[in-house]
Amino acid sequence: MSSRMPSATVNGTPLGFEGVSGATNALDWLRSKGLTGAKEGCAEGECGACAVLVARPSPTDDATTEWTAVNACLVPAASLDGQEVVTVEGLGSPDDLHPVQREMAVRGGSQCGFCTPGFVCSLAAEYYRADRTDAGCDAHALSGNLCRCTGYRPIRDAADALGMPSGDDPLGRRRDAPAPDAVPTRLVGATGSYARAADLADAFALLAEHPEAVLVAGSTDWGVEVNLRGARPPFVIAIDRVAELRMLDDDDDAVVVGAALTLSEVERRLDGRVPLLAELLPQFASRLIRNGATLGGNLATASPIGDAAPVLLALDAEVVLASSGGERTLPISEFFTGYRTTVRRPDELIRAVRIPLPLSPVTAFTKIAKRRFDDISGVAVACALEVEDGSVTRARIGLGGVAATPIRAFATEQSLEGHPWSELTVHAAAEVLRGEGTPIDDLRASAAYRRAMLGSALLRLYADHAQPTTTEGARA
Amino acid sequence: MSSLSQRPADAVVGQAIPHESATLHVTGAALYTDDLVGRTAGVLHAWPVQSPHARATVTALRVEAAYDVGGVVRVLTAADVPGLNDAGVKGDEPLFPDEACYVGQAVCWVLGETLEAARVGAAAVEVDYAPLPAIITVREAIAADAFQGGQPTLARGDVESGLAAATTVFAGEIDIAGQEHFYLETHASIALVDEAGQVFVQSSTQHPSETQSIVAQVLARPSNAVTVQCLRMGGGFGGKEMQPHGLAAVAALGATLTGRPVRIRLNRTQDMTMTGKRHGFHAQWRVGFDADARLVALDATLTSDGGWSLDLSEPVLARALCHIDNAYWIPDVRVNGRIARTNKTSQTAFRGFGGPQGMLVIEDILGRCAPLLGIDPAELRRRNFYVEGQATPYGQRVRHPERLVHAWDDLAARADLGRRREEVAVFNAEHPHAKRGLAITPVKFGISFNFTTFNQAGALVHVYTDGSVLINHGGTEMGQGLHTKMLQVAATRLGLPLERVRLAPTRTDKVPNTSATAASSGADLNGGAVKHACEQITGRLAEVAASGLGIDPSQVTFADGLVAGGGDSLTWEQVVALAYAQRVQLWASGFYRTEGLQWDSTAMQGSPFKYFAYGVAACEVEVDGFTGAYRTLRVDIVHDVGDSLSPLVDIGQIEGGFVQGAGWLTLEDLRWDESDGPTRGRLATQSASTYKLPSLSEMPEVFTVSLLEHAHEDGVVYGSKAVGEPPLMLAFSVREALRQAAAAFGPDGCAVHLATPATPEAVWWAIESARSQPVEASLPHRAEAAGVTIDSGDPSAQDEHEPDQPEPDAPPIAPESEQLADSGSPR
Ligand SMILES: Cc1cc2nc3c(=O)[nH]c(=O)nc-3n(C[C@H](O)[C@H](O)[C@H](O)COP(=O)(O)OP(=O)(O)OC[C@H]3O[C@@H](n4cnc5c(N)ncnc54)[C@H](O)[C@@H]3O)c2cc1C
Ligand code: FES
Ligand code: FES
Repeated sequence: MSSRMPSATVNGTPLGFEGVSGATNALDWLRSKGLTGAKEGCAEGECGACAVLVARPSPTDDATTEWTAVNACLVPAASLDGQEVVTVEGLGSPDDLHPVQREMAVRGGSQCGFCTPGFVCSLAAEYYRADRTDAGCDAHALSGNLCRCTGYRPIRDAADALGMPSGDDPLGRRRDAPAPDAVPTRLVGATGSYARAADLADAFALLAEHPEAVLVAGSTDWGVEVNLRGARPPFVIAIDRVAELRMLDDDDDAVVVGAALTLSEVERRLDGRVPLLAELLPQFASRLIRNGATLGGNLATASPIGDAAPVLLALDAEVVLASSGGERTLPISEFFTGYRTTVRRPDELIRAVRIPLPLSPVTAFTKIAKRRFDDISGVAVACALEVEDGSVTRARIGLGGVAATPIRAFATEQSLEGHPWSELTVHAAAEVLRGEGTPIDDLRASAAYRRAMLGSALLRLYADHAQPTTTEGARA
Repeated sequence: MSSLSQRPADAVVGQAIPHESATLHVTGAALYTDDLVGRTAGVLHAWPVQSPHARATVTALRVEAAYDVGGVVRVLTAADVPGLNDAGVKGDEPLFPDEACYVGQAVCWVLGETLEAARVGAAAVEVDYAPLPAIITVREAIAADAFQGGQPTLARGDVESGLAAATTVFAGEIDIAGQEHFYLETHASIALVDEAGQVFVQSSTQHPSETQSIVAQVLARPSNAVTVQCLRMGGGFGGKEMQPHGLAAVAALGATLTGRPVRIRLNRTQDMTMTGKRHGFHAQWRVGFDADARLVALDATLTSDGGWSLDLSEPVLARALCHIDNAYWIPDVRVNGRIARTNKTSQTAFRGFGGPQGMLVIEDILGRCAPLLGIDPAELRRRNFYVEGQATPYGQRVRHPERLVHAWDDLAARADLGRRREEVAVFNAEHPHAKRGLAITPVKFGISFNFTTFNQAGALVHVYTDGSVLINHGGTEMGQGLHTKMLQVAATRLGLPLERVRLAPTRTDKVPNTSATAASSGADLNGGAVKHACEQITGRLAEVAASGLGIDPSQVTFADGLVAGGGDSLTWEQVVALAYAQRVQLWASGFYRTEGLQWDSTAMQGSPFKYFAYGVAACEVEVDGFTGAYRTLRVDIVHDVGDSLSPLVDIGQIEGGFVQGAGWLTLEDLRWDESDGPTRGRLATQSASTYKLPSLSEMPEVFTVSLLEHAHEDGVVYGSKAVGEPPLMLAFSVREALRQAAAAFGPDGCAVHLATPATPEAVWWAIESARSQPVEASLPHRAEAAGVTIDSGDPSAQDEHEPDQPEPDAPPIAPESEQLADSGSPR
């Protein structure tokens, strides 16, 4: 147990965690400290009104810092122990506006103003992003912020008008030094305690000591359980900064992705290395959520509509489970056992996901949702095919949203493998695919539409990939 | 030109300036009601006990267990109410009900030292319920004859003979979706009691005066013992017109009982499950066209989904009936209206206030029928526009109908519609799996509260001895820029630079008896009142200055901080100092009421509107044939705001209204549990993860807005027009573009029905229905695909369309709709 008093540096000032429990989120904590700029619009990571900046190691260069925007409503307050935080109040003041704030103000980027602090923080994160190449703004930088008033045009204009930070910009200069290290926090709260594992061994020790504990990585799923469904765990073990869960290996056999890397880190560090993942990640939640969400968390929740599983199924990936007794690796198709259950034992962590090489060349990920970005899938279909001499030699298809678990579309795979890569085959296979799983009617989609979309996913893959090859009789 | 609308040269009104609070917004310094919690000592937090039943008698309420929870201070029940146990103005909204009327209704409230204590305490309260049969959908209500409030009919001419004389008569129906306001700031109130027993409530309310009177009614206090203040709202959109009152009353009740400040802030799920939304509607209609595709008669019945209590359902219905014509001349009209009583949240005001639903009926009719009439939908719309001299079905002359034509033609030119239509045709011919649609639709929207009494406002303007000015008015700020406009009005009328004028938050002890900030009327009404107050002050100061300058008061002018006349001038500050020394009153209260309004709500006849606001939008979409997913490629708008008071604000309202309307029509999908299961009546989409708003990613790639030129509006403050609501309905262009794109997957001339909201799934079903139409389909066959029947004009045929039809969200084609009802079974 460390004896230091937990605290975080917020806008340059140390703030303590009196009264904070494992379930207290950063937003409530900041607001209780009088920093009411960040707002609660939803408490479930959807609106971004709560966004704040946290100093994190840059995904592109560990020795430097990236100002990373996160949803304060989801992040446990205690996870900020030892960290540096900047809120909208810390960026500028009415008499001394930050460049981002100025653009938003003069262009009519705020009407009621309630969403504005969150937009400002997301924009500021983009403003300071080290690998931002021109003065514009990445289209996804604001995908996790909602505004009900403006219709977004002035906000988009403000984003497009972002210049580059000047040389003496203090937050800009702060990037040149490393981010604060993770602190092995031990915080005892009235309604639940919080501990940050220093390393994998510490995580196992904590788990052994507190078998009732909940593991938390990015807390993008867990935070919703706390805020909306009243989960109040007696003990929380944070594993998001455990180095052993944050490695990324790319050798001849496999790409191995640490379970606690954030999806933003995965996206930027893989940089298109696995095309199916590259297709998925921009469609996964929002930038704000991806700055916290991890693959480990996505698989552990075993949601039937989780987006990573279909892709990893199509990639024939393996899950690496670790416990104090050692590691085991198993195919992801054997990982899920039922509705939100997996083979993972309570004493095990997901350490990594292993994607075997070589990758199948013909791939597509189709996510059906009401909204194009930041929406949960009604259906998700991931396909990875190999086509040789005009025939399908290998097919892997992962499905989400059509059964109690993510599933492989085995029957469809069979109806493709060994058959000519032709319209006839694909239409027949699409019909088989429509019959896979047992889709249901719910608020996201009707069963009939879900079924139809399964078929559509394959038909579109064919339309996108087949045309040049059918005439030449071979696949590129 | 009236003196009210006359604008001096170089006026502060008309300047494009940012929102008056913009720098506070962007730095997080702007305070909203719930930001006050940490700035108030000893606050108690409130949590509701919500009914799990759509309808049930509360047979027992045992609160003892809540008191066993550490930190629980008080449980509020009906027995605590000293006054009337009602949160509304119609006596049908019990605050602590003995019969729960919808899932989520609060039956009692728990106050705790912390929110956590209140939450846990609320979970400990034991409630016994005796469930009763509930009505969830409008169609169920129609079948059960379950209506509430009046059933007005708006009629002109003889609709039956009109239909009999028509060349073609079509009949159909439509289910129109509701909409969640989803103001980013949920409902919030904080109540305090002072040493003299005065109650002070800070509330996120669009209608402080009514919040005040409901608090007074519940507490059995006179209104002079209750003050309500609204700092600003994080969005309102109508959702805070009536819904805040009960919450404020609970907070005030708690404060009077405990002597401590009480805070209520609904979390998002509570807000969505407890408070009212835009009314869903069901409409059934017959429409007749002549051989030139001109509308000759319309017979329609509109049934709104009122939810469990009336609140604003009657005026919402009236506005829906009064807008069914939109921009079109229809000689013979009969529209019946009724309000279903369903066991849902009490549906309420929402930007447009019934207007959008009424207008959607006619726009949907035109969109469905154009292909059946063999005419381009844009031409069909334009051909039926009102012309000078014609009147609406309720008898109001349509002034300036030519403005709509100007806007339409101007837009067609600006947006290059002719060339782009050809490009769309080429694109569609070349792309089997993607189609584009390009639609143009008009808006005509009546401005003023239908209920004449509400068209009044007050203001208070103070000039201090240093010359600085503080204004107060009855309107509330919810992001619409009202305060910005009022500052501009005051600065203009006083001839001062903007910086000399400040504005204080809206409070009932400054300006009493105010109307809701609603009906887009905030600037018209309060602007009139602010200007009136300023005029009294300048009138007095003119006298003072005239004697100082040795001229006649009528020669005195106020501009740029100078009071001038006869070639000489004094500074504003000098004149103010002189006036104070001469004991001349330096403040004034202003009052305004809209002249010329007249409305008979029984006959549904009169001239309820001061004027009409006009607008036109063109929208191009691209639809994916594999999934029904779509992108909005381009939107162009020409909108009539009169002479803009504040162009940046007005353009913001137009863009924001458009996007909100597009959300309603395409993406936002309220789902209620309509099953017979244990969660019947539950709002299935009760959080941001299941109820999706438009996000930046859905923004059109090109989005242009121009303000209609030469649009001066006589008789309105500085020649301006209201802008809050009308632009919402410009979004019909999105829906019609989607319809046209979906139809393009079928043979030429194919007509389709498109469900509301037009989610990707709904569009996909429309595409499927287009694809399944044979090339040479007969007219009746094509009509069927559009969900329309060709009618004999015989009124008895109406019965055939009684609601024994597919479910609202069901796709229009039979096999799939069976599929939908039959959950989970294989195809
Ligand atoms: C607004 C929003 C949008 C979202 N959109 C999507 C989406 O588009 N697609 C999608 O699939 N999901 C989505 N999600 C869900 C969520 O973000 C993902 O499931 C995410 O990957 C979870 O990762 P996390 O690190 O945040 O998990 P956490 O919330 O930290 O943990 C979730 C669970 O996983 C367990 N866990 C975490 N890491 C491990 C590990 N290494 N070993 C064992 N157990 C572990 C925890 O014990 C916990 O029970 C969304 C969530 C939100 C709030
Ligand atoms: S409050 Fe909405 S994302 Fe945090
Ligand atoms: S300005 Fe009101 S929500 Fe964005």
